[in-house]
Amino acid sequence: MADATPGTPMLDVSGIDVFYGDVQVLWDLSFTVGRAEIVALIGANGAGKSTTLKTISGILRPRRGRITYDGRALGDVEPHRLVELGLVHVPEARRLFVEMSVEENLELGALRGEARRRRAETKEQVFSLFPRLRERRRQAAGTLSGGEQQMVAIARGLMGLPKLMMFDEPSLGLAPILVQEIFNVVKRIRDEGTTVLLVEQNVRQTLAIADRAYVMETGRVEMQGSGRDLLGDPHVKAAYLGL
Amino acid sequence: MNPAKIEVLLQTLISGLLLGGLYALIGLGMTIIMGVMKIINLAHGELMMVGMYIAYVLFAWLHLDPYLSILVAAPLLFLLGAIIQKYLVNPVLKVDAILPENQVILTVGIGMVLANLATMIFKSDYRTAPVDYATKAWYLSDIWKGSPIELSLSYPWSVSFLFAVVITAGLWFFLSRTDMGKSIRATAQDKDAALLMGVNVERMRMFTFGLGSALVGAAGCLFLPIYYLYPDVGGQFTLTGFVITILGGLGSTFGAIIGGLVLGVFESLTATYVGMGWAPVGRFVVFVLVLVFVPGGVASLLRRRRFGK
Ligand SMILES: Nc1ncnc2c1ncn2[C@@H]1O[C@H](COP(=O)(O)OP(=O)(O)OP(=O)(O)O)[C@@H](O)[C@H]1O
Ligand SMILES: [Mg+2]
Repeated sequence: MADATPGTPMLDVSGIDVFYGDVQVLWDLSFTVGRAEIVALIGANGAGKSTTLKTISGILRPRRGRITYDGRALGDVEPHRLVELGLVHVPEARRLFVEMSVEENLELGALRGEARRRRAETKEQVFSLFPRLRERRRQAAGTLSGGEQQMVAIARGLMGLPKLMMFDEPSLGLAPILVQEIFNVVKRIRDEGTTVLLVEQNVRQTLAIADRAYVMETGRVEMQGSGRDLLGDPHVKAAYLGL
Repeated sequence: MNPAKIEVLLQTLISGLLLGGLYALIGLGMTIIMGVMKIINLAHGELMMVGMYIAYVLFAWLHLDPYLSILVAAPLLFLLGAIIQKYLVNPVLKVDAILPENQVILTVGIGMVLANLATMIFKSDYRTAPVDYATKAWYLSDIWKGSPIELSLSYPWSVSFLFAVVITAGLWFFLSRTDMGKSIRATAQDKDAALLMGVNVERMRMFTFGLGSALVGAAGCLFLPIYYLYPDVGGQFTLTGFVITILGGLGSTFGAIIGGLVLGVFESLTATYVGMGWAPVGRFVVFVLVLVFVPGGVASLLRRRRFGK
């Protein structure tokens, strides 16, 4: 097994083909995420962004290609072991356990290993990051507002003490002021040392905080570059920024 | 109402609640399996029958009290349930071409095999465990000499009921306070999200099928002192569990407890005021009324209160 040295990327996706049944959705997809980077995946609806994240977290299996995380080939790792290895996925549409309390949702984010041992401590930290959740800790997660639910989803992910955190459209459906708050939180998470893979539709704000980004179209990487370069790219401007 | 009528009504309600507590235990097992596996386990009553025969054999050979035999029957049924899940239900679950309906049919087949095995081993004879407290009871007049009405509380029914309450409370604690219990509830609500939390979903399914089977196996031990036993006794209890699971709201444990109590009381009322043989009809009346008027069961009523919809 390769050594987890700082030189190797945190995540290396290499030539994966992914299918739903007989329908191929990802085609020879490759990209990398370096340590402590924010890397963004952007692209139109149906481009395959969520499919990519689901494949990394083992809900789907690639038919070809390989994924290496922190020096480990993920094909050999059972999906439920990934959180323990620090690979955390905050899924599209939040996927909270709506009938359980906010606190129970958070606890489920820290079921194993180091995260389980430090659960109480981490809970205090996420409560100070999202004070609103402390007030609502006993409330059923499904009764929270959309913004609060997104905070729970992020907080639940943080409970796992992630090394790599993948967000699937965390700002979807939120009011502009909350969108900005979510982006600030993502940036802050990276600044505290966690690597971030961010899937987003708010392309302008995403490119503004991303170190690098990949543009996906119909299951392939069409373009890549630094956030700043892509913000200035005429094709990106026309297709994603409405300019 | 004259005292005699009140006496009959109260006695009927008491019997109904005692029966309902035991029903709740049957329904709970089926409900947690439903919650996690998304299938109705139509072998549930037959698993209970297996629990009853285990308790019966232990009583006949070793004169072990049926209540003590829970300690043997529940672990054995846990194993049986886990094996059924892992080697029979799970492989079928993985084949996309097979509709969920067919997995349910598989459980019907498992139930038939269990009933037939019981017939081969024990013949179709009706059996009971003649425990020495079978007819023991407490009477209201013993504690209140001047009571205008007389009520009785059967000893084995009360003890069985208390065991059911204790087991239910234990299950409640397990599901609401332990990581494993929370993981089971999470798996029932959203199995992909549970997987993202690091829950071993496959293992939870096997465990839950085992746990549901252990619960109904324990219920079998509780029924032995108060009921008769024959190889096909399971069918009616499968039906009972099914009605309670629907009544409770397909996967809601609290709903299943309420559903069990409601069904027990309703059957008891039917038996008293319509006629002994009509209790199963009462069960179907409840079933149909619920499907028509509260299709989501008790759980949907609770949810409406909580989520305001
Ligand atoms: N469960 C599924 N079964 C079959 N096809 C699916 C399934 N999920 C997604 N797809 C298809 O795969 C393609 C990629 O979907 P995916 O959800 O990855 O897109 P996305 O880039 O995340 O889009 P969005 O921005 O709308 O979330 C789409 O064409 C979609 O219809
Ligand atoms: Mg998506």
